[in-house]
Amino acid sequence: MPRKAVVNRRKCAYCGACIAVCPVDANELVETYLEIYEDKCNGCGLCSKVCPMGALAMVEVE
Amino acid sequence: MYDVVVIGAGPAGSMAAKTAAELGLSVLLVEKRQEIGTPVRCAEGISKENIEQFFEVDKKWIAAEVTGAKIYAPDKTEVVMSEEMAGNEVGYVLERKIFDRHIARLAAKAGAEVYVKTTAVDFERKDGKVKVRLRRLGEDWEVEAKILIGADGVESKVGRRAGIIKTLRMDEVESCAQYLLTGLDIDERYTYFYLGREVAPGGYAWIFPKGDGSANVGIGVLPKIAKKPAKEYLDAFIEREGIEGKIVEFVAGAVPVYGEIGTAVSDNIMLAGDAAYHSDPITGGGIANALSAGYYAGKVAAEAVEKNDFSAEFLRMYDNLWKNDFGKKLRRNKKLQEKFLEMSDETINKLAASISGKNLKEMSVRAIVTELLKAHPKLLLDLKDVFM
Repeated sequence: MPRKAVVNRRKCAYCGACIAVCPVDANELVETYLEIYEDKCNGCGLCSKVCPMGALAMVEVE
Repeated sequence: MYDVVVIGAGPAGSMAAKTAAELGLSVLLVEKRQEIGTPVRCAEGISKENIEQFFEVDKKWIAAEVTGAKIYAPDKTEVVMSEEMAGNEVGYVLERKIFDRHIARLAAKAGAEVYVKTTAVDFERKDGKVKVRLRRLGEDWEVEAKILIGADGVESKVGRRAGIIKTLRMDEVESCAQYLLTGLDIDERYTYFYLGREVAPGGYAWIFPKGDGSANVGIGVLPKIAKKPAKEYLDAFIEREGIEGKIVEFVAGAVPVYGEIGTAVSDNIMLAGDAAYHSDPITGGGIANALSAGYYAGKVAAEAVEKNDFSAEFLRMYDNLWKNDFGKKLRRNKKLQEKFLEMSDETINKLAASISGKNLKEMSVRAIVTELLKAHPKLLLDLKDVFM
């Protein structure tokens, strides 16, 4: 099953680390919150590795 | 139409806007956050020399002044660097919240327009100009510019969409977390650095005093070898060191440790600061290079407007300026970072022991490496070419 990045907004510190490493431009820091564009996410998981907060999880989707 | 639109009001962007406006250009400075200078995503340290090159120092944005640094190897071997002579190399720990706003205000004073809480959604190059789509409070509109300066940080959309920079790999970025702690009992004349695979894999932990018993206490780890999030390493570090203080602020961030990029320009576009991976690959420090890069970008923008040439070829003048200033240092410190990553804790302990007790009279990476080369010419043979 394909995986997608999901953000826990209560853990996210809005730092943009995940955006710096996303190879497919699937996330954006919109002023003060992180938006993940699920249709673009390729499930590589790099964002969850770089996240200083452990706020990003890879979940399996249908 | 603007001569220059600058995206991002950090030190690089505001400096570029200020410089361009002072040279008579029409400038728009755009910041996506509603407040400039926060959250800082930064340990706020900079050498005195680097700041005085551009600004008259104002106590309002200096949190503390330090005269030395103490570096701790994994086994706690201490290496002390201190400036004994009252020289230029002492360091400042800034209050970025105030400092960043100060530069933005100088830009505004010089005539730049400043929009906060405004996002650059997209841009398009057409007929020798750039159309930038802006969004504020849900409303979209377009502005035109001859030059777009991307100072939009490590997450730079300008740089990625223009195809100037590549996405950072897991060994080209430090994942960072930091508390501002208060009620600390530390010698505030020093900054402190802690090394070790257990403490901070591929990075280091730091304590930067901010005066009156407070300090930035943070950590950077390399995602490639880190086993847990930076914040967990930070909490473990504080626990291990028995640092007792109250948390009054928390920030996270990513610092590029890429080295020197080939070019920071394309037609109509220049990148400055973290957007161009200008931060130092070994220290992670980025303010000094950001200020210089912003200054050069502003200067070159003025030349380009005068010559009415916005081609990448012309803008390479900007590449030449920043590369001549700190490109070599980025290259050199990237090599040093790669070397550092190969070292085991035992090696670092051994190296530290060999220079511990020698009072290094200059606070710089070069001073440490020079001393290490004297003690271990063989071990660091491949660094000799880049440093000596």
